[in-house]
Amino acid sequence: MKFTWFNLMPWPYLPDDFREKHHSVWVDIDQRLFDPAKSNAVYNTYMDLLEYADTLGFDGIGVNEHHQNGYGIMPSPNIIAAGLARRTKNAALVVLGNSIALYNPPVRVAEEFAMLDCISGGRLVAGFPVGTSMDTNYCYGQIPALTREKYAEAHDLIIKAWTTRDPFAFNGRYNKLRHVNIWPRPIQQPHPPIHIPGGGSVETYDFCIDNTYSYSYLSFSGYLRAQALMDGYWRRVEERGAPDKSPYRAGFAQTICVAETDEEAERLYWPHVSYFYNRCLHVYPGFADAPGYRTIKTIQTGALSQYAPPRGGYTQLTWKDLVEGGHVIAGSPETVRQRLEELAKGLHVGNIFCLMHVGDMPAEKCMYSTKLFAEKVMPKLRNVFPEFADDERFWTHPLQQRAVPGSLGPAPTTAPGAAPARAPIPAE
Amino acid sequence: MQSKTVQTKHAAVRYLEGGSGEPLVFLHGAGGMTENDPLLAELASRFHVYAPFIPGYGETEECETLRDMLDFALHGWDVVEALGLKNPILVGHSMGGMIAAEMAALAPNDVSRLALICPAGLWLDEHPIVDMFSLLPFEMPKYLFHDPEAGAAQMTSGLDMSDPKFLQTYLVRNARQLGMAGKLLFPIPERGLAERLYRVKAKTVIVWGESDKMIPPVYGPAFQAKIAGAKLVKVAEAGHMVISEKPAEVAKAVEAVA
Repeated sequence: MKFTWFNLMPWPYLPDDFREKHHSVWVDIDQRLFDPAKSNAVYNTYMDLLEYADTLGFDGIGVNEHHQNGYGIMPSPNIIAAGLARRTKNAALVVLGNSIALYNPPVRVAEEFAMLDCISGGRLVAGFPVGTSMDTNYCYGQIPALTREKYAEAHDLIIKAWTTRDPFAFNGRYNKLRHVNIWPRPIQQPHPPIHIPGGGSVETYDFCIDNTYSYSYLSFSGYLRAQALMDGYWRRVEERGAPDKSPYRAGFAQTICVAETDEEAERLYWPHVSYFYNRCLHVYPGFADAPGYRTIKTIQTGALSQYAPPRGGYTQLTWKDLVEGGHVIAGSPETVRQRLEELAKGLHVGNIFCLMHVGDMPAEKCMYSTKLFAEKVMPKLRNVFPEFADDERFWTHPLQQRAVPGSLGPAPTTAPGAAPARAPIPAE
Repeated sequence: MQSKTVQTKHAAVRYLEGGSGEPLVFLHGAGGMTENDPLLAELASRFHVYAPFIPGYGETEECETLRDMLDFALHGWDVVEALGLKNPILVGHSMGGMIAAEMAALAPNDVSRLALICPAGLWLDEHPIVDMFSLLPFEMPKYLFHDPEAGAAQMTSGLDMSDPKFLQTYLVRNARQLGMAGKLLFPIPERGLAERLYRVKAKTVIVWGESDKMIPPVYGPAFQAKIAGAKLVKVAEAGHMVISEKPAEVAKAVEAVA
């Protein structure tokens, strides 16, 4: 199992009456609720927490891209990942991801991801989401019915840029580039592992299966509600004739809160879980799914947008509802272990994106929960899928010897000698 | 009105046909069109009406090869050609008005009579047009009708929104129709028409409901200023759906340029 510690980076100062007084947490959120001076501490605390997760042995630390969004103050995950690349040692940098249809030209993503891979010594997991309708259509103005075509073209361009060693011309419908010649290029060959966040469309299943990409279902509604969707994915893996059903072909995001006991978990974390479900997910339904954004085939399968709130909304959900319904896995280390094992086996997923900072959770509670998870849960779940222990296709391949940031010695007091700074690069 | 189909390069185009007299092509708005459309009935009492559905509308499939304004305008001419018409009276409502105006600007010698009914296609920073794509169904009537209550009743008559099967069909239809409309209207319903309207040679009438809250009536004079000799007709007690609230007035205005 691979565990990625994920931070959505919610703004922690949404008012108590946010749901009643405000139209939406996303797209047209009231700018006055953001306090740039306070954000200085918020950003740095959130980055500190991601770095802390690296010291505890998480396989990855995860960031993502949202725009004009009260629960994600990370319009550019690459900026956060660049900071993390310097201050972390071992964890994969899981950027899940860059909404590649939004970049003009998308070569920019190929370049920035290459930079992250180079700076981190080959620790990048590259995520390519289509992006939510809120982000892609309503905030960034992409035409809904053309978004997927533009996404597909951006993907082809990025992969070609990463894997072609000579300048080439790219005559796309959305991108006309006479000289594509990426500089720098990634350490990982042929390119960093690719994870694709999806929400149940068959086209995305096939895209992942055919390209050996990992399919990530990033939901906030928990593992019990994900069963039908993930069953659909695994059925498709079989139908499509994939050579194996490795659990690392899939990832799943799950809110997780650990305490000494189940009771303590409720007492410590309920206010923050409630903050997340009641304020952070207050998305105006008109922004959830611009007509044309999802394909007809996907709508016909009956999958509703995950941003369409459950009947009656989240307000009526109690701690008990959320925990029993699997939205949140919370409790003692043993409770959490049991339920995560149930999740991993039930959904057959090897990559778990652990949402361990929830809503307006303060750093000390988050560290407490994270440490208990790393010490008392994670080690017991390492070997859930022994037969796939050697599957390296969906994870990073860092350099064995990596640069140590901040390791310059004192400045020389006399002129340095003429010796070459480093050995020449060996031929490929 | 009779429902028929004609083939163009891009799609099998369904259209409604009825009435007799001079040929008139009517292009519907983003909300679509039904066989019982009151304006079509009015027009058919005076003209030989052809009303093609944009692919994606009228129970037809969306068309992936129609992507931008030029594609839609040329497709419009493809339909006229396929119907075997020469210089038909060209009438368009809302999005259909935007397409009709583009067609007239693109081929000014092929259309001599043009009626634009609260057309989309221009954008005035001081008068932003509402984001119709983010509106929920229950929010629509107040933007579309002079009398939102009567309009809402008309929009939902015979529909059962609590039936999941209906809801599914509704979502698919909505995605098909507005997915196609979004190619011209999302996120801002403007594709450079203002720079091309000078080419229109047709005798033109612009019709606007005075209570239009979707595309405010201030856009009427903006269109009028860009088309030489265009006449502007304002209709009282009518909103964006002036075509269903005051169909006789609209038909009369069309007749005046015919």
